[in-house]
Amino acid sequence: MWKAIKRLTSFKNFYRFSGKLLPWFGAITLVLFLTGLYWGLVIAPIDYLQKDSYRILYIHVPAAWMSLFVYIVMAASGAIHLVWKTKLSEVIANSCAPIGATFTFLALVTGAIWGQPTWGTWWVWDARLTSELVLLFLYIGYMALHSAIEDRASAARAAAILAIVGLVNIPIIHFSVNWWFTLHQVASISVGKGSSLHPSMYWPLMVMTAAFKFYFATVLMMTARNEILERDQNSNWVREEEKNL
Amino acid sequence: MSLNEFFYMGGYAFHVWTSYGLTLLLLVLHIVLPIRRRKQLLRRIHKTIKRESAS
Amino acid sequence: MTPKRKRRLMMVLLIVLGVGTAATLALTAFNKNLMFFYSPSQIAAGEAPKNRYFRAGGMVQEGSLKRDKDGLTVRFVIHDNEKNLTVAYKGILPDLFREGQGIVAQGKIASDGVFIASEVLAKHDENYMPPEVAAAMKPKGIDKKPKGQ
Repeated sequence: MWKAIKRLTSFKNFYRFSGKLLPWFGAITLVLFLTGLYWGLVIAPIDYLQKDSYRILYIHVPAAWMSLFVYIVMAASGAIHLVWKTKLSEVIANSCAPIGATFTFLALVTGAIWGQPTWGTWWVWDARLTSELVLLFLYIGYMALHSAIEDRASAARAAAILAIVGLVNIPIIHFSVNWWFTLHQVASISVGKGSSLHPSMYWPLMVMTAAFKFYFATVLMMTARNEILERDQNSNWVREEEKNL
Repeated sequence: MSLNEFFYMGGYAFHVWTSYGLTLLLLVLHIVLPIRRRKQLLRRIHKTIKRESAS
Repeated sequence: MTPKRKRRLMMVLLIVLGVGTAATLALTAFNKNLMFFYSPSQIAAGEAPKNRYFRAGGMVQEGSLKRDKDGLTVRFVIHDNEKNLTVAYKGILPDLFREGQGIVAQGKIASDGVFIASEVLAKHDENYMPPEVAAAMKPKGIDKKPKGQ
């Protein structure tokens, strides 16, 4: 079984397989984004309190969710790499960091732009906002640590350990609004309670969330393929694969 | 709804469009940069192949 | 699984467990300091800092908003379904300030027990709905319990 997994997750196999998936994922991402944007910005009604400013939700919420999701993917890949020393998990973990940092940055900035008219302030040091800022530093720390260490094997190991240690921040971000008094309100959508968004506002959010998920998968494959291409540039399979261009 | 109304966003034009604009910019950047990197890598690989087949 | 891999897996699990325990202990120890604001009940129980600025948060009582004769100071009562706290504030209230909605104010308790606020932030709840739906729900009374408390 170990041999089968090894073969399936080889650079060559991943490169070929992701190459076939990429156009489809790109197309699905584009369709979902266009649908979600039109639905969220044009069709969805205004909020009774926040009027049109609430439309920031359609990017703020998916970006915030993705910032947590990508981190979990990154830490899990890092852990798999630490234990089994698989090459692909190392590449996946590395490819997660920049896009995850961007999602976190977007969640923070769109939240600030939204908070200014709604709360009356751009920023407060409450538990939710502070822990999300820590997440941005964790992503930046991962990239900085990885690039600071010359030897690739040591860099991967150190960065993976950092990612696993930082994992503790994920439940803190998620539950901060329930554990402590925060300025940020509690979640509008949760597994147990369902949604406190009107259906006319809930469905465009789901489409945008799916768009962000497919977008992430697309970017992840593109970035991972580049790292694979660079690492295996002198191997026969790469030359075989990319000779006709 | 008129186009003007749409862009006006009930007076929240600055907030809504800054958020969406910044998001679009960064998301597009994460697509463009890997494409450019890929082209660079492929050029390098082809150069090596040519050099080796010439020698 | 080879012994080497088993050892590394144990190491990863130990890191997660260790960091998790440490974080839980630290967060329990600093629990109070991580509160962004104090509720009227906590303030009534004397848990809020004295002679120092702090934040108070709660729901604005329906019908409690009054303007002083000077035309600048507003007074309103915030509550957490148990205790009340009168807040006085000189300044512009945020757009989302509404009776029945949550707010967080920064300030100090005066000798007469009134909270003198220097800043008022609106805390909105997790409900989003179109105006028509909100209007239709109003007579029935929306559940407006203070959330996250």
